[in-house]
Amino acid sequence: MFSLEKLVSIIQAWLQSTLGDPWAFIVVCILVGLAAITLFAILGLMLVYMERKVAAHMQIRLGPNRVGPMGIFQTTADTLKLVMKEGLTPDGADKFLFNLAPFMVMIAAMLILAPIAFAKNFQIWDISIGVLYVAAVSSVAVIGILMAGWSSNNKYSLIGAMRSAAQIVSYELSAGLSILAIVILSGSLRISDIINSQADGWWIIKGHIPVIIAFIIFIIAVTAETNRAPFDLAEAESELTAGFHTEYSGMKFALFFLAEYINIFIGCAIGATIFLGGWMPFHIGNWEAFNHIMDFIPSSLWFIGKTVFLIFLIMWFRWTFPRLRVDQLLNLEWKYLLPISMVNLLVITLMAIMGWYL
Amino acid sequence: MFLKEYFKTVYQTLSSLVTGMRLTGYYFTHTKEIITQQYPETKPVLADRFRGEVIMPHNESNEHRCTGCTACELACPNGTIKIVTKNEINAEGKKKKAIDTFVYRLELCTMCNLCIQSCPSDAIIMTNDFEHSVYDRRLLTKVLNNPGSKIMEGVE
Repeated sequence: MFSLEKLVSIIQAWLQSTLGDPWAFIVVCILVGLAAITLFAILGLMLVYMERKVAAHMQIRLGPNRVGPMGIFQTTADTLKLVMKEGLTPDGADKFLFNLAPFMVMIAAMLILAPIAFAKNFQIWDISIGVLYVAAVSSVAVIGILMAGWSSNNKYSLIGAMRSAAQIVSYELSAGLSILAIVILSGSLRISDIINSQADGWWIIKGHIPVIIAFIIFIIAVTAETNRAPFDLAEAESELTAGFHTEYSGMKFALFFLAEYINIFIGCAIGATIFLGGWMPFHIGNWEAFNHIMDFIPSSLWFIGKTVFLIFLIMWFRWTFPRLRVDQLLNLEWKYLLPISMVNLLVITLMAIMGWYL
Repeated sequence: MFLKEYFKTVYQTLSSLVTGMRLTGYYFTHTKEIITQQYPETKPVLADRFRGEVIMPHNESNEHRCTGCTACELACPNGTIKIVTKNEINAEGKKKKAIDTFVYRLELCTMCNLCIQSCPSDAIIMTNDFEHSVYDRRLLTKVLNNPGSKIMEGVE
């Protein structure tokens, strides 16, 4: 049976035997970095294509269908075009911050990749405060966005960046509270412990209605944090041309665009890990035979399947709902999501103490 | 009372969002609903009222219905139509005004349909033909009446 765990251990053993102690570790670090960059590039191409196809089918269109079969090379062609374009820096811009901002956004997205478990025992860094780390680093991206908006010397960019900051500061709260619900139930911040606690059923099934409410709030907060419609006030192409990346072109724009899709992937991967069991196959209590059949599907496929399902859900939101106004956005967070998730957290704490879950 | 209102708002919001998602989900899963027409491969299905080009229909004996009243020329907002008239002498020896050339400049036409609406004798109509690209701009200046054509009997 295919397993990423075996592949990694074979490579690691081979490197250890040929290169020796310090060098094997350095080569492994470089390989991990390269793998992460490759994953980002592939994810960017795949998700943009998926977004365009999903959008088209929801709007009764066909979407890209000329470059290659079913248009699968459309995004590659677009990337080639972007690489060849000039990366213009405006005259009045703060040149250093302007050129640094896209990399800040990308680096913030890359950092969150570390504790995500892609398959069974296939994780870059199983840090003991995994969930806290994710929550902390995911809010660093807003610094890159603020930098881009401020240094562009453009009022649309500045308004977009300010909106983005207000939005992320608000929605981090309810995202954090809904993650906390599962931390309480599983009793650990470590990602691998959270996944292992779902071996007899995913939390969304075991946790009854309170966890479902937490899941819905988490999905809403992830949509808001990644600045996607219906919460795309930071870009709002009909009001602010393109918000914080109005002045960017060529590859620098491509980095922002890529970071958006990477953030969606990471947000959905976290959601899949915490609520849907990550790489854990679909298990029901103690039905041994059923659980055994489910184990035959490789764990990496389970993880990718759940993540893609959540990404599809977020795309579905984007192509269905109209954009909110700024006041509606903050109303939704402070008057609805935050009080509901606080009460929900209390209920879940009670559940965890009394053991009212499966 | 306040809590009741609060949860009613939450419920209404969620149910309206689900209604929207059900429609887009229906479109996503039902590919037969797709309305895109892949143009160069398949000829597009156009509505009858689609405005592609002004033409002047002629019958089998090369007769049209244009009296040369220049109502269309006056109605045209950007000088697309130019009518040159001549005086014809008919069988009874009377002078009668008739068109010599009906010049139609397709490159200026905005397909506003005002000429067709203003025509008292329904001499010109819009067709669906929209493939007008040519390599020379002069080819877009068209003469709508056929050579040697004359006005239909009974059209005044």
